[in-house]
Amino acid sequence: MASPVPSRPGRTLAALAVLTALVYGLIWVAAPDSIGDDELSAADKYRPRLGLDLEGGTSVILTPRRASGEGSVPQDSLNQAVSIIRNRVDSFGVAESETTTAGDNIVISIPGKQDKSILDTVQQTAELRFRQVLLSGAGVTAPAPSASPSPTASGSATATPSGSPSATPSPSTTTDSRAVPGALRANSSPSPSASPSGSPTPSPTASATPPPVTPGTLGAGALTPELQQQFVALDCSDPEAVRQTLRAPGADRPKRPLVTCDEDGAEKFVLGPAEVLGTDVSSASAGLESNSQGIPTGGWEVQLDFTGDGKRKFADITRRLAAETGDLNRFGIVLDGLVVSAPTTNEPITGGNARITGNFSQDEAESLANVLKYGALPLTFDAGEVQEVSATLGGDQLRAGLAAGAIGLFLVVLYSLLYYRALGLVTVASLAVAGIVTYGMVVLLGWQLGFRLSLAGIAGLIVAIGITADSFVVYFERIRDEVRDGRPLRVAVESGWARARRTILAADFVSFLAAVVLYLLSVGGVRGFAFTLGLTTLIDIAVVFLFTKPLVSLLARTKFYGGGHRLSGLASDRLGTTRSTLATRPSRRRGAPTPKEA
Amino acid sequence: MSRLGTLGARLYRGEVSYDFIGHRKLWYGVSAVLLVVSILSLLVLRLTLGIEFRGGAEFRVKSPTVSDDAVRETVANVVGGEIVVQRVGSDTVRAQTETLTSEELEEVQTALAEEFDVASEDVSTQFIGPSWGQDISSKALRALVFFLLGVVIFLSLYFEWKMALAAMIALLHDLVITAGLYSLIGFEVTPATVIGFLTILGYSLYDTVVVFDKVRENTHGLAGGSRMTYSGAVNLAVNQTLVRSINTSVIALLPIGAILFAGVVLLGAGPLKDLSLALFIGVAVGAYSSVFIAPALLAGFKEREPAMQALAKRVANRKTGSTTATTRRQTGPSEEAPATETGSPVAAGAVPAGAVARRPRPADRKPSSRSQPRKGGGRNKSGKKRR
Repeated sequence: MASPVPSRPGRTLAALAVLTALVYGLIWVAAPDSIGDDELSAADKYRPRLGLDLEGGTSVILTPRRASGEGSVPQDSLNQAVSIIRNRVDSFGVAESETTTAGDNIVISIPGKQDKSILDTVQQTAELRFRQVLLSGAGVTAPAPSASPSPTASGSATATPSGSPSATPSPSTTTDSRAVPGALRANSSPSPSASPSGSPTPSPTASATPPPVTPGTLGAGALTPELQQQFVALDCSDPEAVRQTLRAPGADRPKRPLVTCDEDGAEKFVLGPAEVLGTDVSSASAGLESNSQGIPTGGWEVQLDFTGDGKRKFADITRRLAAETGDLNRFGIVLDGLVVSAPTTNEPITGGNARITGNFSQDEAESLANVLKYGALPLTFDAGEVQEVSATLGGDQLRAGLAAGAIGLFLVVLYSLLYYRALGLVTVASLAVAGIVTYGMVVLLGWQLGFRLSLAGIAGLIVAIGITADSFVVYFERIRDEVRDGRPLRVAVESGWARARRTILAADFVSFLAAVVLYLLSVGGVRGFAFTLGLTTLIDIAVVFLFTKPLVSLLARTKFYGGGHRLSGLASDRLGTTRSTLATRPSRRRGAPTPKEA
Repeated sequence: MSRLGTLGARLYRGEVSYDFIGHRKLWYGVSAVLLVVSILSLLVLRLTLGIEFRGGAEFRVKSPTVSDDAVRETVANVVGGEIVVQRVGSDTVRAQTETLTSEELEEVQTALAEEFDVASEDVSTQFIGPSWGQDISSKALRALVFFLLGVVIFLSLYFEWKMALAAMIALLHDLVITAGLYSLIGFEVTPATVIGFLTILGYSLYDTVVVFDKVRENTHGLAGGSRMTYSGAVNLAVNQTLVRSINTSVIALLPIGAILFAGVVLLGAGPLKDLSLALFIGVAVGAYSSVFIAPALLAGFKEREPAMQALAKRVANRKTGSTTATTRRQTGPSEEAPATETGSPVAAGAVPAGAVARRPRPADRKPSSRSQPRKGGGRNKSGKKRR
């Protein structure tokens, strides 16, 4: 027989109170002080974060597919896609916008109203292109670069052709890969190639060919005075803004030269037409760098393999670039409009695989490799679902949802009071506690995990009222069963609990399993629903164990309940026992109490 | 209510009991009819797929001056194709079109905003790609398969595989009937409906788990004795959990009914309505099957086992053998629970195999248990304990 531990109900209740206080305390810590420019008041911090269907805003669900058609999208490409899309969304400057993956979909939430251009923007295929550098300069032309890191500080990197074994015995050649942020800044060697800010060095051929350059012109010949003017005018203090303008139709065409910045705005470039595309890259990986003797130098490098076609193209560009000096010796790796890296080339790389070296840290090498890898697999994004909800409609939905919750709660309370009489008050109190804990958790998870309460989520909460109340029903019925067996209430409360507990746990487990499976394998509204359902199932268990059970134990000691008052819900005549049996105090002896006539 | 309260006690003691197992053919029949209706409805009426599954665009305008025809006209001026217009709530109209480009989407939105003199932000739009619906349905299907696998494993470990099988059949029964009735009522199938369907899985099983838990308790050590058949023990369990089943279902249905009300009356069209309808039907059917179908199936499976057949034979012999034996054992049905608790066979012919309250045995059973002094239950129990 289950050993009823009378335990210490008071202590358990106190533990619950502490836990609840902890949740509410954590909210204060977890909530930010401001979102965007808006200060958050204390009331705002304790308000659940609402989903876009309730608050109004734009939500976009994208399904990435390989541009080539068939095949699944590898996880690292997906992550890369998310960070690319996040960049694009952020360039709109919306506070609080979120871009995340859900399964193999990408979910973008933008609170407040936005125009549809967001969709077009995020849906664009991100293309990786290799372009020759025609001209480069400090990103910010202003005399006081103050905030931005000194753009001229750059290190030297080496690109070594590793694929051609019979190549030159001393393969290391100096390259400049300054666009990899941070990595090279510590290195204080002066910029070898950057031209003085603002004053472009006109290339001799440029002046000789003033008429508009035909698309496809390669080399210095592509550098027209117009491009130079654009270059001078370009301000790289906000690279995302530059990315945004380049996204306009026709602004960034592969066959045309491009004037742009690098990703952290430290340098700006005039770039020639794209000569090698991301699809020409077959793979890229980060690895430990080693010198010509094969001894590791301790640094990191990025190894790059090309496809058959890419090999030829890359050989062409490196062959031509190797013969050049200065800016023209470099090629820019451009992703989504901005330069990711711009190494120099010292010799033709014909073997189809190259190494980009520099003072990379592991992270930097890996992120560059990811960019290159992603370029090898350009993704298109199918718009799965695009939803723009006006704030008023969202408000209507919220009100209806809350109204439904209120009505449902009222009916449940009414029913349990009618059926269980005063015992129903325990249900009401337990539901209230569950409500307080759930509210706290929803707010906390909103700040902590970015959980937003959607309409489906609210439905999950309302449905959970039933599941939570059911745990009490199971327990109460068990107590009454025990009482019907002739046990005194104080014993029945414990022995009934021992058996109800198993049933509650098994049933909640099934419910929780459903929630987890739903959450893991779904997207959109289903996910929000599953989340709240799973959350409330856990809270149900906590409340039954930490609140309802101890409370009933305490109440069983009172005269009203323990004595089986007519309205207590444990009235002896209705349960088919006698008041005396019901009210018997548990004897010290183990085993059944001997009934005494009162 | 109080009637139900005392009924609970009498059901528990076996004074009143309904022979669920004995009448199983009747309830199988009821389910068969429901299943046939559901399948026919699914085949003939089909499920009306919502825009989320077809792909397309949806606009919602909220304005006091809004009217169906005006909305239709405004939208038709901008784009062609089929346009479905529906009133939602008191002052909102919803228009659905075929798939649009984002320019068209914006044009329609602007046109609607101008027509009804609201800010363009106040026209809600939704665009669903043509393949999106398939994506989520195949995901939902995958979720279903994984969930069922998980549950079968859990139930097989927690109970036994025959219980898992009975629970699964009951679950499928619930799903088919829910889908059928849903199509009969004619609501659109939206992702919210899918949510509802998937939730029923949990709910329906939850009920069954509670009943089976009691069955397991009642049948513990049963095969060794000769007092009650497996079916009898199952029947007792169903009767004992009947009040709980009713209470639970009512309590679950109340909030769902509230959502259904809010969804239909306050919002008109939207996820709340679809979700709650699927849930409402599903929970009701789930409660029904957990009482009438799942235990009967289980009893059917178990009665095929040689051990259980032998048990049934022994019980039958006992019954014809001596009535006195039965009455002597009639120490009061209130003993049942403690009996199972201590691992001894379930007490007495409280519910003799497949018998009903109004059939042979109860005649002498009822008085006997009445005549027992109430506190006798307690005394018996203590006697039992010492044993």
